[in-house]
Amino acid sequence: MAEPLLEIKNLNVDYGLGDEAVHAVSDVTLTLHRGEVLGLAGESGSGKSTLAYGLTRLLPPPGVVAGGEVIYHDPERGPYDVLSLTNSELREFRWAETSIVFQGAMNSLNPVHRVGTQLTDVIKAHDPKGSPHARVARARELLTLVGIPADRMDSYPHQLSGGMRQRVMIGMALALEPRVVIMDEPTTALDVVMQRQILGELVQLRERLGFSVLFITHDLSLLVEFSDRIAIMYGGRIVEEAPAKEIYTNSFHPYSAGLLGSFPALRGPKRELTGIPGSPPDLRAMPTGCAFHPRCPKSFEPCAQDLPVLGVPDAPGGSDRTVACWLHPVR
Amino acid sequence: MSYLLRRIVFYIFTAWAAITINFFIPRLIPGDPVQALIAKEQGQLSTDAVHSLYVLFGLDKQQPLWQQYIDYLGQLTHGDLGLSFTFFPTPVSEVISSSLPWTLALVGVTTVVSFMVGTGMGVLAGWRRGSWVDLVLPVTTFLSSVPYFWFGLIMIELLAGPNSFFPSSGGYDPGVTPGFDIGFIASAVQHSLLPALTILISSMSGWILSMRNMMVTVSSEDYITVAHAKGLSDRRVMLSYAARNALLPNVSGFALSLGLIVGGTLLVEIVFSYPGVGFQLFQAVGAKDYPLMQGIFLIITLSVLAANFIADLAYLVLDPRTRKEG
Amino acid sequence: MAISTVDLQAAAGAPAPSPKPAKRQKFRFISNGKTMTGLIILGFYVLLAIFGPMLAPYDPDARGSDLIAAPSSAHWFGTTHLGQDIFSQVLAGARGVVYVGLLAGLVATALAVIIGVSSGYLANTGGEALSALSNVFLVIPALPLIIIVASILPSVSNTTIGLVIGLTSWAWGARVLRAQTLSLRGRDYVDAARATGESTWRIIFFELLPNLTAIIASSFVGTVIFAVLSEITLAFIGVSDPTDWNWGTILFWAQSQQALAQGAWWWFVPAGLAIAVLGTALSLLNFGIDEIVNPRLRSSGRIKGKSVRMRIGFTPVLGKDNR
Repeated sequence: MAEPLLEIKNLNVDYGLGDEAVHAVSDVTLTLHRGEVLGLAGESGSGKSTLAYGLTRLLPPPGVVAGGEVIYHDPERGPYDVLSLTNSELREFRWAETSIVFQGAMNSLNPVHRVGTQLTDVIKAHDPKGSPHARVARARELLTLVGIPADRMDSYPHQLSGGMRQRVMIGMALALEPRVVIMDEPTTALDVVMQRQILGELVQLRERLGFSVLFITHDLSLLVEFSDRIAIMYGGRIVEEAPAKEIYTNSFHPYSAGLLGSFPALRGPKRELTGIPGSPPDLRAMPTGCAFHPRCPKSFEPCAQDLPVLGVPDAPGGSDRTVACWLHPVR
Repeated sequence: MSYLLRRIVFYIFTAWAAITINFFIPRLIPGDPVQALIAKEQGQLSTDAVHSLYVLFGLDKQQPLWQQYIDYLGQLTHGDLGLSFTFFPTPVSEVISSSLPWTLALVGVTTVVSFMVGTGMGVLAGWRRGSWVDLVLPVTTFLSSVPYFWFGLIMIELLAGPNSFFPSSGGYDPGVTPGFDIGFIASAVQHSLLPALTILISSMSGWILSMRNMMVTVSSEDYITVAHAKGLSDRRVMLSYAARNALLPNVSGFALSLGLIVGGTLLVEIVFSYPGVGFQLFQAVGAKDYPLMQGIFLIITLSVLAANFIADLAYLVLDPRTRKEG
Repeated sequence: MAISTVDLQAAAGAPAPSPKPAKRQKFRFISNGKTMTGLIILGFYVLLAIFGPMLAPYDPDARGSDLIAAPSSAHWFGTTHLGQDIFSQVLAGARGVVYVGLLAGLVATALAVIIGVSSGYLANTGGEALSALSNVFLVIPALPLIIIVASILPSVSNTTIGLVIGLTSWAWGARVLRAQTLSLRGRDYVDAARATGESTWRIIFFELLPNLTAIIASSFVGTVIFAVLSEITLAFIGVSDPTDWNWGTILFWAQSQQALAQGAWWWFVPAGLAIAVLGTALSLLNFGIDEIVNPRLRSSGRIKGKSVRMRIGFTPVLGKDNR
């Protein structure tokens, strides 16, 4: 298996402090390997975006990282904990090693600056001594890379269509050739045709440039096609993590099965759609034991009492995956 | 530039409206003020002067209203605002032109400086929340609610006096003759310090508060998070991303509040007996000098329109979305 | 005078964030420190307005023998050049000020709501015309206009002044309301209401107005501030009736009797302070409304135990000092 690149260990992220803290991400342990696409799926409010922003300390107030480590395995400098970096070290780290493609590009670009400026300013911030000429050339290169005519450098964001803006965000994320690109619902705001197009382009870019991807979405069907491994989040915890194919053909956690059943895949035989009854838990008032048990069709006695811990299940072919469910006891 | 055209049309329309309001106001005055004046001057008025006054006041009952209006507009295009009652027979336009530069200098400079400094401080106050900065807020809230003219009185009480550097009234030393020489200019500047300080302190607080609140609002926008994610320096995010966007509504707000600012500065002039348009308006009201009052109102309105237009131009430059065609 | 963020955003055309459901809002309104302080001070002034003249130790017009006397136990705020008790004048003046302020505020806000919401809701030339009308009134400087109109009128009672101010200062609120109505008009629930055939009248009343309450409140408060200041100004210049006591009149007499030259600071300080404190209370109220609509504006509160500094762009990590 490929080497780990980004190791998240027991990450806890809260909103608020003390007794009023809402635990948005609890005890998340996840590893992104070199050259891998790791999908992160879950309903709204499951904590997946919180996790992504918490990794590089980008959560707005009142977000707080309450514990855990995020170990980045830098091939040149060795492993270090991103959360322990000083603010100025973090600024150097950001975008150069790990970048983010944000969702809803409407508001993600500064409305009063030209697109070109927003591409060059990040290059300048990380390499102040570079020549302006080189920066502009690189910006044009990035636009071409994502399929936008280079003369759009001087356009303002409001002059671009939604699809073009998303492409600019992708190009911007690749500006410093990061090793990890986190994509937070990159295609949700677009129509289906554009969605497929951009995903296809992302695949090509990844093959060319070789970065690892943490792909966050609520649309599990996209992940099944696009990612190598998939992790599923519920109520702030990872409930299952396995190679994409395993999740699709042989998921262990009932929630994964429920998610798969909720989406039609764009290809393959027609299936009857089921849903998951009930609604996601209120993070301020979580159920006892397993957070999913009130909605789970397979819940039984221990589910309401004890919280199942994520671990490698004691099952055939279960060595390359983890799950947190009493149906599949841990080894 | 459809935006620009629309604004120009709007200003022309408003100017016309102001002129028309000006036209109708004296026709609401009971009695015949012109006759009173003629009686006072005992027949020393030329027929032309009398006629222009009648046109101004519309007391020439033989003419139909629309004809009076045409005559009035005609008079205006010649810059004839009538003759002042108190400074008779000096034309109003001359009286105003002697005081207008003083007001423009005082108001113009202090307004622009207070907006820029206040906005700058607001940027800092809005960026760094917590700690000493938040203590500034109650003070500035209080200062921004203080009426300018009362603050002027306090300043005079505290800072001016027989032996102090700051003169308590006037535009320049009584002994100095007006002219473009160092002596006069120095005296003028010295006399303008206290009024300017008064306006600066009270109006700056307002801008600090407005900008601080806009900075806080803008800070929660997505593009600020993106800017931080890109690892840009704190200064760049604060200025190029946050302040640049927070500035836009404040520039609009500035343009809109020009009318209010004018009101406040007029009062400061009154308190300091500063020889500007405000002080003149005050005297005109006291003396019931209607032509002068009208003339000043018109000039003030037109100046505010012009200032608004300049602010609109600034907005056009600052916000690329307004340059959108169609 | 500081402009509230709600006004700024609406005037710039950006949709102001819509306030949360009204029920939960009431309690938040009260628990906000700024609004509480503002309301308390305001309540105090209203009480003063109602009971002031009764509480005054002397008749404000009554002349006495102590001329221009400094504050003493007999005269808490000192006396005027006619021996009148300034404390009584301040108390008596509260009534006039509060009355005119409220009257002007009501008139102006009513006009602003009618004109602003109509011009925002009507898509046709009617709306454009109303908008042009309010822009005209907005740009024409209010104070000189008020001065001229007031000096022409034969009688200048408090009511007339209140009406004049109200009739000339509605434009700001109208513009803000128009911008907000325009943005609300495009929202789904309005379309839904239209589709089910609700009459225009009902739509405006039951769908739009509840969402505009924050802005209407903010506009009302802003107008009251402006009305109070204008009224004081008119009195100070001598346009309104000098026998009708309000704080501006006190300052008028102080100025005309050269209180400064005589060192009689007690003559003009209390009246001005009264105005300033009232203005501050109203501004606090406005900022409180701002914070309710936009919760992020709240100054960082202290969270019990350690003080963790929240900072945009750099989430704090408990147990680590990343500085």
